Amino acid sequence: MGRRVGLQTVEIESKPRIIGTYNIVGPKEGQGPLREYFDKILDDDLNGTESFEKAESSLLYTAISESIKKAKLKEVDINYLLAGDLLNQLSSSCFAARDLNIPFIGLYGACSTMAESLSVGSMIMEGGLAHYVVAATSSHFSSAERQFRLPLEMGSQRAPTAQWTVTGAGAMVLGKKGDFPYVTHVTTGKVKDYGIVDVNNMGVAMAPAAVDTIKQHFMDTGRKPSDYDVIATGDLGIIGREFTEKLLLEYKYDMKGHYIDCGEKIFDPKRQGTNAGGSGCGCSAVVATGYLFKNMLQGKFKRILLVSTGALLSSTSSLQGETIPGIAHAVSIEFGGE
Amino acid sequence: MKVEEKTIRKKFDKLNSDNIPKPNLLLHCFNAFWVGGLICIIGQFISDVFSKMGIPKDELGTYVSIVMVFLGAVLTGIGVYDKLGDFAGAGSVVPITGFANSIVSPAMEFKKEGFVFGVAAKMFIIAGPVLVYGIGSSVIVGILYYFLRW
Repeated sequence: MGRRVGLQTVEIESKPRIIGTYNIVGPKEGQGPLREYFDKILDDDLNGTESFEKAESSLLYTAISESIKKAKLKEVDINYLLAGDLLNQLSSSCFAARDLNIPFIGLYGACSTMAESLSVGSMIMEGGLAHYVVAATSSHFSSAERQFRLPLEMGSQRAPTAQWTVTGAGAMVLGKKGDFPYVTHVTTGKVKDYGIVDVNNMGVAMAPAAVDTIKQHFMDTGRKPSDYDVIATGDLGIIGREFTEKLLLEYKYDMKGHYIDCGEKIFDPKRQGTNAGGSGCGCSAVVATGYLFKNMLQGKFKRILLVSTGALLSSTSSLQGETIPGIAHAVSIEFGGE
Repeated sequence: MKVEEKTIRKKFDKLNSDNIPKPNLLLHCFNAFWVGGLICIIGQFISDVFSKMGIPKDELGTYVSIVMVFLGAVLTGIGVYDKLGDFAGAGSVVPITGFANSIVSPAMEFKKEGFVFGVAAKMFIIAGPVLVYGIGSSVIVGILYYFLRW
């Protein structure tokens, strides 16, 4: 049975394995530096559907069903599907789940959903309450723009701090057996809000949450940055990543050489015009199931910490002048040797 | 090792005031100036052509506006105007072509929600406030002018 360590961390003793993963991305992500790590790259960001919302749902459906196939399972074998996305009422996830024969729990953690669903999934597995769990999430540039920002064809300039929502979905199947990367620790984050109001500066708004969760993970587990091959925050972007690095130095944690941000990695900002980097639920999902997971399988990374970060604002709250609360959840994954 | 969150927050505020990249104002002003100017030159050219065709002077403005709005709408429809806007900023927002863009772009975007609650209801989400305060302030100026005629 798992046990609590420190204030916010749970040690997962049964080591639930990530036995199958799948990711699918849009054309722009497919032109980015991580293209070789994606399972499927779309030519058309509508994916043959008639709206961007339907497209996002189809991406998530594909990621979930293909990850189950990769794990050589059937839908009926899965005990829980844990999924979420950015759209109102989790519509992408709900509509994807409509076509799946799996009990479904919808989770909202904004862009932190990958680590959130993986955390909850690992805890369900640790409790012995499921044989297999799927954790998944998605985002789509155009559906997010529609909900949170201006019409796509509207001629306006993007701020240098603005980030580009990743079009993509990623899914992980958790199981009990097999020689696969496994979850060892889960650190659940607190909501942190340091008063940022600019919706074009989300990476910075989320940085305090990332700092707090990473610091707490180290304090709870007694680990330090050098214990990890890679610590990957979800979508802080270039500026948010710099903030996080500098703020963690205040806690005397030097992240140098062990730290990346998925949002910074996924695009080439100069060539692709993405300013501060990628964002969205799909960002940490496709980088975790792609770059991080595949390098673990190849033995390049032995121990990683996935810290997905979310900005918990709504289009209403920002219009009412509310600041942007952030959250970050951390999951420690290991594979191959101590 | 005891570090208070207050210290972190202070450091965060300091980073936030020093380390946020600013847009390159000079370059943006330059691009806005020449693109905006170019749009105006095109407008003037159209005005001159209409004038040569014998359109009366007091109707010229209307004719030119119609053509410019049409051009703005077409460029939005074929996906050019958003790229122009990203490059030129206010240079492409302020002229009447930008006004056309602000109406056509939501109309296109919300077509999937139907012609009544999508296109028609959402068409003015950006231009609406401009119209409200534009017309509103012109009414106020009109009233002031009526009483304070000089």
